Order: sequence, then structure tokens, then C-alpha cells
Amino acid sequence: MATHTGTTPDHRTLYQFGYRRSPDQDAAEPARYPVVIVGAGPVGLAAAIDLTLRGIKVVLLDDADRIGEGSRGICYAKRTLEVLGRLGVAPPCLDKGVVWKVGKVFFKDAQVWQFDLLPEDGHAMPAFINLQQYYLEHFLVKRAIALGVDLRWRNKVVGIEQGNDGATVRVMTPEGEYRLSGAWVIAADGPRSTLRGLLGLEWRGEIFEDRFLIADVKMSGDFPPERWFWFEPPFHGGHSALLHKQPDDVWRIDLQLGPEADPAEEQRPEKVVPRLKQMLGHDRFELEWVSLYSFQCRRIDRFVHGRVVFAGDSAHQVSPFGARGANSGIQDAENLAWKLATVLNGEAPEALIETYHAERSQAADENIRHSTRSTDFIAPRSPQEVRFRDATLALARSAPFAQRMINSGRLSIATVHDTSLSTPDVDRWNGTAQLGAPAPDAPVEDAQGKPIWFLDLLGSAETLVAFGAVQQVECRLLLEGRDFHDRRGLLRRRLDASDGAAFLFRPDQHLTARWRQPEATDIAAARRRLRGH
Amino acid sequence: MTDLKIDSRFTDPDSAYRLLIDAHRGLSDEDSAALNSALILILANHIGDSAMLAQAIALAKTTLKAGERKAPA
Repeated sequence: MATHTGTTPDHRTLYQFGYRRSPDQDAAEPARYPVVIVGAGPVGLAAAIDLTLRGIKVVLLDDADRIGEGSRGICYAKRTLEVLGRLGVAPPCLDKGVVWKVGKVFFKDAQVWQFDLLPEDGHAMPAFINLQQYYLEHFLVKRAIALGVDLRWRNKVVGIEQGNDGATVRVMTPEGEYRLSGAWVIAADGPRSTLRGLLGLEWRGEIFEDRFLIADVKMSGDFPPERWFWFEPPFHGGHSALLHKQPDDVWRIDLQLGPEADPAEEQRPEKVVPRLKQMLGHDRFELEWVSLYSFQCRRIDRFVHGRVVFAGDSAHQVSPFGARGANSGIQDAENLAWKLATVLNGEAPEALIETYHAERSQAADENIRHSTRSTDFIAPRSPQEVRFRDATLALARSAPFAQRMINSGRLSIATVHDTSLSTPDVDRWNGTAQLGAPAPDAPVEDAQGKPIWFLDLLGSAETLVAFGAVQQVECRLLLEGRDFHDRRGLLRRRLDASDGAAFLFRPDQHLTARWRQPEATDIAAARRRLRGH
Repeated sequence: MTDLKIDSRFTDPDSAYRLLIDAHRGLSDEDSAALNSALILILANHIGDSAMLAQAIALAKTTLKAGERKAPA
């Protein structure tokens, strides 16, 4: 998450919610819930919806009561959209969002590279959509409310006490303080996390000095819905620039200003408008939002502290190049939700939560690594780094190896978890499916022959998918040829499924074990293993 | 004569790039130039083929002031 060093002060409120008194505020003893979630941003909301769908009662607290202007996170990746699909929030996002997959990179005045993020069909979700964060949050809030999530606005956490079997938070409201207990507390309270401060947890990582200007402008542009990135464009001497389409004819413009830029000065319309005019070649645009930011690539050491679990920006932050902030946060939420539900239902030991730390800190490290490398390329720190960068860009015109080294942001893809929950392969596998990664999608037909996406079929339950009769299993079984039909053979190809093969998927749709010819005992052992036994 | 390989040969090009950046972090510009010179000599000797080196030099020369020309369409 980028730290905004200042934003235009007159942000309009887009969605207003009301504070309502909860009966818990009158209770003599703190009311106790399975899960208390702090922070109703995309991560907290996704966790609340996922847990609710898994039958776990949650309370979701937020210190504000509105969603404000300012698009902030705009790029949502395929895996995130698949998670949102499972949570029942994908349709409005896809309806509203701008689908894109092509990125172009320019050096000075010429294009040097173009990439296509999803060159393959047969997936329900596109590689990416662009959508203002306020729309995503609004869709999530509507879904949460429809599911009956206990969402409490203007409830600000000001203290926490850890116990052996839970944690109790002190909550400040417009009507005074009260206390609330959770068997687990999820800290989804963003980059300036109050809970991180209360627990005294330190950041570890790098702070970058370059300042960047974000401007969202409204115009009827004739640019295609692609990600355009310029290094040293003629219109912005020596610095980089990004142009990306959002819904409602809003365009995201991101301009590198260098480390010396003065936040207050650079955000004045008199300063911003001429810059944009130079870039766009005209002034037929309206400024919707301006913000100056610098960023960090850093994380806290441990994501689990007793019964408090950190998710999203409260646990890790990256630069915006690569869209790895909100996407990884929502994937944190998905990783945590099924594990908490399984532990709370008494089906797994508490040690399962430790694998949330192991898996998602691995993902955080991967995101930080990519994000840091992109930053090396986008904001070189010395004349020599500039020379390496410019030589790469110049070579890219004729040498393919240099094209591969151009780094304008490596865009978020799901982490392949190298995890103790997976059962190591004994057979040899090809195909695109990977152990520890989300299942590949594919168009299939349900038992009645109706077209359905494989991931929709898989849903939120632990499932064995088998391509041939298997012995009695105690989890949900989807048998190809009986429960669904892979008529196009795409799923078979992506899983590299041979006759008799079986694949065990976790409740978060990640592949956790696979066999060419499974024995009932193999499956039982893999199921125990994925519960952290 | 074999041709200079210009296709991507690293499995992780970003990590190779990062190695170069890291090698120069904290160096003065003069030290960076010296490091690059030594590095080129080492890699040239590793290739051990003057014809190949000449091809590499020719390719590198195309990038000088390349930014001022439009790439061929």
C-alpha cells in the first residue's frame, strides 16, 4: 500500500453508512464472538463474507462510516476475481469493471514491448479488471449486509488484551467505549494498523524516496483499455508515466516526480493540469482525484500473534506497480477464512492457523521481491542504474532477452504455496495445475449437461475430483462422467488427468494432493495433512 | 560461425537484473564504471570467441542514441 503524503482535502463522500448502537454496548461482560474483524476495507469485508458463508458468526468493526472518493486500488487480478466469484461479488464487479489484458511499454517516443496477460481462453475470469476501490468496497458492503454480517461503523478499536482462548478489544464509539471478545481477531486495519501499534510490531523492509503523483481524470479518451507505461516520455522529461482506464470514463494517470517533489505544491491544480495537458495533448478533462504518494516494500515478521491475525496492508505493503496490494490482501482473507472456520468447528488443531502465517508470509515475500525489482527499474537510484535501465530499453528494440528484462511492474498472479499442507507428489505431472496453487478453471458441464465453470462447481468445500471410480471417500466427491462432464477435455489437459487420476482441492480451491491411481488410505492421509495434523 | 544468442536465456531475468543492480549499490560512478569494465572482460573471456564478442559489440552500439530515432515500424 502506498502512503499518501497528502490528498486533496475536499473529498466527497460517495457512500454514507450510519452508526447504530449494538446491544453489546450495554452488556455487563464483553460479548463473545468466534471472530472479530477490525477494518471494513476489501480485506476485512472479504474475510467477513467468507466466514459468514462458512457458518461462522463475525462482527466487523470500522472506525469510519463512509466510503470516500479516490480510486486507490484499481487493478483486480484473475485469482482475486475468482475469490470474489466464490463470495458472490464477482457479477457487479465484472459488469462495472474495465476488462484488460494488454500492456504496452514505451521508451521515449517509441513502443518497445507489449504483453498479453491471458492469451488462453476457457477461463471464467479475465486476467484483470480495473475498478475503482470504492466500487469494490460498496459491492462487498452490500453483499455483507445481505448476508446479515454484523457491520458496526464508527467503532474504533483503541485497546486489546490477549487471553489464552481469545482476545478482547476496547472499542470507542460516538456513545462511548465498550469491550468485545473474539476467539480470534483479524487485524485488517490497513497500513496504519492500530492493532499493529497496540501490539508494538515493527516493520521490516525498504522505504523508497521517489514521489509519485496519482491523478484520476475524467475524459472521453480515444485510448484503448490497455496499460500504457512510458519510460522517459517526451511529455514528462526524465520520469516515468502510466495511463490506465477505469470505469465511467475515468483514467488513472501515475507520474513519477522524483524524491524532491513538494507534496503541497505538486497537488495544486495549477501545477497538475499543465502536466496532464502535456501528456494528453489537450485539456478536455476534469480532475477527479489527485494524490501524491511514496511507498514501502515491507512486512511484519509474524502474521499470527496469539489470537490476533494480521491480513492485507496491516501485515505487508508493496509499491503499486504490479497490483499486488489489494490482490494479495484478498487472497490473505481467503487463505485465513477456511482455516479459522475449520479450527472453530473443531475439525482441525489450532496449529492450522500457523500455516496461514507460513503460506501468506511466503506470498508477501514474493510480492515484496517483485515489487522491489520493479521499483529498481522504474525509479533507478544512481546514474549507473539509469544506464542499465536505459540500455535494457534500447536493446529491447532488437534483442528479445532485453524485452524480458523490462520491468514496468510484474502483475499479480496467485502464489504457489510451498506448504506443509500439501501432500508431495509421488507421480509425475505435466499440465498447468501446480500443487499448492489455485485450481485451473475450465468450462465443463454439470450432471444435467448444463455448462458451468469448473471453479463454480468446486465452490468452497474440500473436494476430491476424480477421473474414474474411487473407493469410498469421506469428503465431497466430484466424479467426471457422473457429477460433471469435461466434454472439451480442457480440464483434463490442464490437470494432466489420466484415467483413474484424482485431485484433492482445499476449501480455498488450492490443489493439495493428486494421484494417478489413489488408494483410500492415500486420500485419508492427505485429508488429515491438509488440516494441519 | 554461430550467432550471438539474443533470446531470453535466464529462467528468472528479474533476478539476474537485480544481481547487477545490487553489485553497484553504494558505489561511486567511477567505481561503477570500473566494475563494469572488469565484468565485461570476465564475461568476454568466459565466452572466449572474438567473433561472438564482435557481434555483441555491434549490437550494443545500435543502442547509442537509439532513443532519438523511431524504431522501424
